[in-house]
Amino acid sequence: MGGIHLHYIVPGDDFTRAGEASADLKSRLKKLGVPPTAIRKVSIALYEGEINLAIHAGGGDIDVEITDDTVRMCLSDQGPGIADLSLAMSEGYSTAPDEVRSLGFGAGMGLPNMKKYSDEFDIQSTVGVGTTVNMAVSIA
Amino acid sequence: MTNLELENLGFVPAGPVPEHEVTGGFCCDLLSWAMSRCTEGKVWFTVMGNINTVAVASLADAAAVVLCQEAAWMPDALERAAQQGVALFTTDLPAYEAALVLARKLGQL
Ligand SMILES: Nc1ncnc2c1ncn2[C@@H]1O[C@H](COP(=O)(O)OP(=O)(O)OP(=O)(O)O)[C@@H](O)[C@H]1O
Ligand SMILES: [Mg+2]
Repeated sequence: MGGIHLHYIVPGDDFTRAGEASADLKSRLKKLGVPPTAIRKVSIALYEGEINLAIHAGGGDIDVEITDDTVRMCLSDQGPGIADLSLAMSEGYSTAPDEVRSLGFGAGMGLPNMKKYSDEFDIQSTVGVGTTVNMAVSIA
Repeated sequence: MTNLELENLGFVPAGPVPEHEVTGGFCCDLLSWAMSRCTEGKVWFTVMGNINTVAVASLADAAAVVLCQEAAWMPDALERAAQQGVALFTTDLPAYEAALVLARKLGQL
Protein backbone atom coordinates (compact mmCIF):
# COMPACT_ATOMS: atom_id res chain seq x y z
CA MET A 1 0.00 0.00 0.00
CA GLY A 2 1.29 3.44 -0.89
CA GLY A 3 -0.21 5.18 2.12
CA ILE A 4 -1.19 8.81 2.46
CA HIS A 5 1.45 11.45 1.77
CA LEU A 6 1.31 14.96 3.18
CA HIS A 7 3.65 17.90 2.79
CA TYR A 8 3.80 20.97 5.01
CA ILE A 9 5.94 24.08 4.68
CA VAL A 10 6.84 25.69 8.01
CA PRO A 11 7.64 29.41 7.75
CA GLY A 12 10.59 30.76 9.74
CA ASP A 13 10.02 32.92 12.80
CA ASP A 14 6.22 32.84 12.57
CA PHE A 15 5.27 31.29 15.88
CA THR A 16 1.60 32.04 15.37
CA ARG A 17 1.47 29.71 12.37
CA ALA A 18 3.80 27.09 13.79
CA GLY A 19 1.60 24.33 15.11
CA GLU A 20 -0.63 24.24 12.05
CA ALA A 21 0.96 21.11 10.60
CA SER A 22 0.59 19.14 13.83
CA ALA A 23 -2.98 20.38 14.28
CA ASP A 24 -3.85 19.34 10.72
CA LEU A 25 -2.22 15.93 11.06
CA LYS A 26 -3.94 15.35 14.37
CA SER A 27 -7.40 15.98 12.91
CA ARG A 28 -6.65 13.70 9.93
CA LEU A 29 -5.52 10.86 12.20
CA LYS A 30 -8.67 11.31 14.30
CA LYS A 31 -10.81 10.92 11.19
CA LEU A 32 -8.85 7.80 10.24
CA GLY A 33 -9.75 6.29 13.61
CA VAL A 34 -6.18 6.09 14.91
CA PRO A 35 -6.06 5.33 18.69
CA PRO A 36 -5.80 8.48 20.89
CA THR A 37 -2.54 7.43 22.57
CA ALA A 38 -0.85 7.11 19.18
CA ILE A 39 -2.31 10.45 18.05
CA ARG A 40 -0.93 12.08 21.18
CA LYS A 41 2.56 10.71 20.47
CA VAL A 42 2.48 11.94 16.87
CA SER A 43 1.14 15.35 17.94
CA ILE A 44 3.82 15.96 20.56
CA ALA A 45 6.66 14.79 18.34
CA LEU A 46 5.56 16.80 15.32
CA TYR A 47 4.68 19.97 17.24
CA GLU A 48 8.12 20.10 18.85
CA GLY A 49 9.78 19.52 15.49
CA GLU A 50 7.65 22.14 13.81
CA ILE A 51 8.47 24.74 16.46
CA ASN A 52 12.18 23.97 16.18
CA LEU A 53 12.01 24.57 12.43
CA ALA A 54 10.39 27.95 13.03
CA ILE A 55 12.61 29.07 15.91
CA HIS A 56 16.02 27.60 15.16
CA ALA A 57 16.17 26.96 11.43
CA GLY A 58 14.36 29.82 9.68
CA GLY A 59 11.67 27.40 8.55
CA GLY A 60 11.70 24.07 6.78
CA ASP A 61 9.75 21.20 5.26
CA ILE A 62 7.73 18.38 6.75
CA ASP A 63 6.89 15.20 4.86
CA VAL A 64 4.44 12.76 6.40
CA GLU A 65 3.54 9.26 5.30
CA ILE A 66 0.63 7.45 6.90
CA THR A 67 0.36 3.72 6.32
CA ASP A 68 -1.86 1.12 8.02
CA ASP A 69 0.51 0.67 10.92
CA THR A 70 2.88 3.66 11.02
CA VAL A 71 3.09 7.44 10.75
CA ARG A 72 6.47 8.53 9.37
CA MET A 73 7.56 12.16 9.65
CA CYS A 74 10.59 13.72 8.01
CA LEU A 75 11.52 17.28 8.99
CA SER A 76 14.26 18.96 7.03
CA ASP A 77 15.75 22.43 7.03
CA GLN A 78 18.62 24.43 5.59
CA GLY A 79 19.25 26.22 8.87
CA PRO A 80 22.47 26.68 10.82
CA GLY A 81 22.73 23.01 11.85
CA ILE A 82 23.66 21.69 15.29
CA ALA A 83 27.33 21.45 16.31
CA ASP A 84 26.92 19.10 19.28
CA LEU A 85 23.98 16.74 18.83
CA SER A 86 24.28 14.96 22.16
CA LEU A 87 24.28 18.31 23.97
CA ALA A 88 21.24 19.47 21.96
CA MET A 89 19.45 16.21 22.83
CA SER A 90 19.96 16.64 26.57
CA GLU A 91 17.06 17.89 28.68
CA GLY A 92 17.31 21.57 29.55
CA TYR A 93 19.78 22.60 26.85
CA SER A 94 18.48 25.51 24.81
CA THR A 95 19.84 28.37 22.72
CA ALA A 96 16.37 29.90 22.28
CA PRO A 97 16.58 33.72 22.24
CA ASP A 98 14.85 35.81 24.90
CA GLU A 99 11.98 36.89 22.68
CA VAL A 100 10.82 33.29 22.17
CA ARG A 101 11.48 32.41 25.81
CA SER A 102 9.02 35.10 26.75
CA LEU A 103 6.39 33.12 24.78
CA GLY A 104 7.05 29.98 26.83
CA PHE A 105 9.55 28.24 24.55
CA GLY A 106 13.12 27.39 25.47
CA ALA A 107 12.77 24.74 28.17
CA GLY A 108 15.20 22.61 26.20
CA MET A 109 12.67 19.78 26.19
CA GLY A 110 11.70 19.71 22.51
CA LEU A 111 14.24 17.24 21.13
CA PRO A 112 14.00 15.00 24.24
CA ASN A 113 10.20 14.98 23.83
CA MET A 114 10.52 14.06 20.14
CA LYS A 115 12.76 11.14 21.00
CA LYS A 116 10.61 10.02 23.91
CA TYR A 117 7.30 10.06 22.04
CA SER A 118 8.42 8.55 18.74
CA ASP A 119 9.08 4.84 18.30
CA GLU A 120 11.90 5.50 15.85
CA PHE A 121 13.99 8.66 16.03
CA ASP A 122 16.98 9.78 13.99
CA ILE A 123 18.61 13.20 13.71
CA GLN A 124 21.34 14.20 11.27
CA SER A 125 22.85 17.65 11.24
CA THR A 126 25.71 19.45 9.55
CA VAL A 127 26.75 22.91 10.64
CA GLY A 128 26.14 25.41 7.86
CA VAL A 129 24.07 22.91 5.84
CA GLY A 130 21.02 21.97 7.86
CA THR A 131 19.23 19.40 9.96
CA THR A 132 17.05 16.40 9.14
CA VAL A 133 14.92 14.60 11.69
CA ASN A 134 13.16 11.31 10.92
CA MET A 135 10.54 9.99 13.29
CA ALA A 136 8.09 7.12 13.17
CA VAL A 137 5.17 6.33 15.45
CA SER A 138 3.38 3.00 15.39
CA ILE A 139 -0.40 3.41 15.09
CA ALA A 140 -1.42 -0.23 14.75
CA MET B 1 -16.55 16.70 36.95
CA THR B 2 -16.42 18.41 33.55
CA ASN B 3 -14.97 21.74 32.49
CA LEU B 4 -18.51 23.19 32.43
CA GLU B 5 -18.33 23.29 36.24
CA LEU B 6 -15.22 25.48 36.27
CA GLU B 7 -17.42 28.56 36.02
CA ASN B 8 -19.15 27.61 39.28
CA LEU B 9 -15.73 27.53 40.90
CA GLY B 10 -15.23 31.20 40.02
CA PHE B 11 -13.21 30.83 36.83
CA VAL B 12 -14.42 33.19 34.09
CA PRO B 13 -14.94 31.70 30.59
CA ALA B 14 -13.07 33.66 27.89
CA GLY B 15 -14.97 32.02 25.01
CA PRO B 16 -17.05 28.94 24.20
CA VAL B 17 -16.57 25.95 26.53
CA PRO B 18 -16.85 22.62 24.66
CA GLU B 19 -17.53 19.97 27.29
CA HIS B 20 -14.53 17.91 28.39
CA GLU B 21 -14.03 15.61 31.38
CA VAL B 22 -11.62 16.97 34.02
CA THR B 23 -9.13 14.54 35.56
CA GLY B 24 -6.82 16.92 37.42
CA GLY B 25 -4.73 20.08 37.19
CA PHE B 26 -1.34 21.08 35.88
CA CYS B 27 0.79 24.18 36.59
CA CYS B 28 3.68 25.32 34.38
CA ASP B 29 4.41 28.09 31.87
CA LEU B 30 6.99 26.29 29.73
CA LEU B 31 5.38 24.94 26.59
CA SER B 32 7.40 21.81 25.91
CA TRP B 33 7.17 20.93 29.58
CA ALA B 34 3.39 21.14 29.34
CA MET B 35 3.38 19.36 25.99
CA SER B 36 4.51 16.08 27.54
CA ARG B 37 3.23 16.42 31.09
CA CYS B 38 -0.14 18.13 30.81
CA THR B 39 -1.93 14.88 30.05
CA GLU B 40 -5.47 14.50 28.71
CA GLY B 41 -8.25 16.04 30.79
CA LYS B 42 -6.02 18.29 32.88
CA VAL B 43 -6.91 21.88 33.64
CA TRP B 44 -3.78 23.84 32.82
CA PHE B 45 -2.98 26.88 35.00
CA THR B 46 -0.56 29.33 33.38
CA VAL B 47 0.14 33.04 32.87
CA MET B 48 1.04 32.66 29.16
CA GLY B 49 -1.93 33.92 27.17
CA ASN B 50 -0.52 33.58 23.65
CA ILE B 51 -1.57 31.41 20.73
CA ASN B 52 1.13 28.81 21.43
CA THR B 53 -0.46 27.92 24.74
CA VAL B 54 -3.67 27.18 22.86
CA ALA B 55 -1.83 25.04 20.29
CA VAL B 56 -0.24 22.95 23.04
CA ALA B 57 -3.48 22.64 25.02
CA SER B 58 -5.26 21.42 21.90
CA LEU B 59 -2.60 18.85 21.00
CA ALA B 60 -2.39 17.63 24.59
CA ASP B 61 -6.20 17.40 24.92
CA ALA B 62 -6.24 19.55 28.04
CA ALA B 63 -9.75 20.01 29.48
CA ALA B 64 -9.26 23.78 29.81
CA VAL B 65 -6.65 26.47 30.24
CA VAL B 66 -7.02 28.94 33.11
CA LEU B 67 -5.03 32.13 32.70
CA CYS B 68 -4.05 33.22 36.19
CA GLN B 69 -3.33 36.39 38.11
CA GLU B 70 -5.16 38.78 35.78
CA ALA B 71 -3.05 37.93 32.74
CA ALA B 72 -4.91 38.59 29.47
CA TRP B 73 -5.60 36.25 26.54
CA MET B 74 -4.29 37.59 23.23
CA PRO B 75 -6.98 38.06 20.54
CA ASP B 76 -5.43 35.47 18.19
CA ALA B 77 -5.31 32.96 21.06
CA LEU B 78 -9.05 33.42 21.65
CA GLU B 79 -9.72 32.98 17.95
CA ARG B 80 -7.63 29.80 17.65
CA ALA B 81 -9.22 28.34 20.77
CA ALA B 82 -12.71 28.83 19.36
CA GLN B 83 -11.61 27.09 16.12
CA GLN B 84 -9.90 24.18 17.84
CA GLY B 85 -12.41 23.69 20.62
CA VAL B 86 -10.14 24.60 23.52
CA ALA B 87 -11.92 25.99 26.61
CA LEU B 88 -10.23 29.13 27.96
CA PHE B 89 -10.83 30.81 31.32
CA THR B 90 -9.34 33.63 33.39
CA THR B 91 -8.97 34.20 37.11
CA ASP B 92 -7.50 36.87 39.37
CA LEU B 93 -5.96 34.18 41.58
CA PRO B 94 -2.30 33.18 41.29
CA ALA B 95 -1.73 29.72 39.78
CA TYR B 96 -1.08 28.09 43.16
CA GLU B 97 -4.36 29.28 44.67
CA ALA B 98 -6.33 28.61 41.50
CA ALA B 99 -5.05 25.04 41.43
CA LEU B 100 -6.05 24.61 45.08
CA VAL B 101 -9.64 25.57 44.23
CA LEU B 102 -9.76 22.81 41.62
CA ALA B 103 -7.95 20.30 43.83
CA ARG B 104 -10.48 20.87 46.62
CA LYS B 105 -13.36 20.33 44.22
CA LEU B 106 -11.76 17.14 42.87
CA GLY B 107 -11.06 15.86 46.37
CA GLN B 108 -7.37 15.68 45.56
CA LEU B 109 -6.20 17.40 48.76
N1 LIG C 1 16.30 22.37 13.38
C1 LIG C 1 17.27 22.88 14.17
N2 LIG C 1 18.26 23.64 13.62
C2 LIG C 1 19.24 24.18 14.38
N3 LIG C 1 19.32 24.02 15.72
C3 LIG C 1 18.37 23.28 16.33
C4 LIG C 1 17.30 22.68 15.60
N4 LIG C 1 16.53 22.00 16.48
C5 LIG C 1 17.08 22.17 17.69
N5 LIG C 1 18.20 22.94 17.62
C6 LIG C 1 19.12 23.30 18.73
O1 LIG C 1 18.95 22.35 19.78
C7 LIG C 1 18.57 23.02 20.99
C8 LIG C 1 17.62 22.13 21.80
O2 LIG C 1 16.38 21.97 21.09
P1 LIG C 1 15.07 21.65 21.94
O3 LIG C 1 13.93 21.59 21.00
O4 LIG C 1 15.33 20.45 22.78
O5 LIG C 1 14.93 22.90 22.93
P2 LIG C 1 14.44 24.38 22.59
O6 LIG C 1 13.81 24.43 21.24
O7 LIG C 1 15.58 25.31 22.79
O8 LIG C 1 13.36 24.63 23.72
P3 LIG C 1 11.90 23.94 23.81
O9 LIG C 1 11.78 22.96 22.68
O10 LIG C 1 11.85 23.27 25.13
O11 LIG C 1 10.93 25.07 23.70
C9 LIG C 1 17.97 24.34 20.54
O12 LIG C 1 18.00 25.33 21.53
C10 LIG C 1 18.85 24.66 19.33
O13 LIG C 1 20.10 25.19 19.76
MG1 LIG D 1 12.34 23.06 20.73
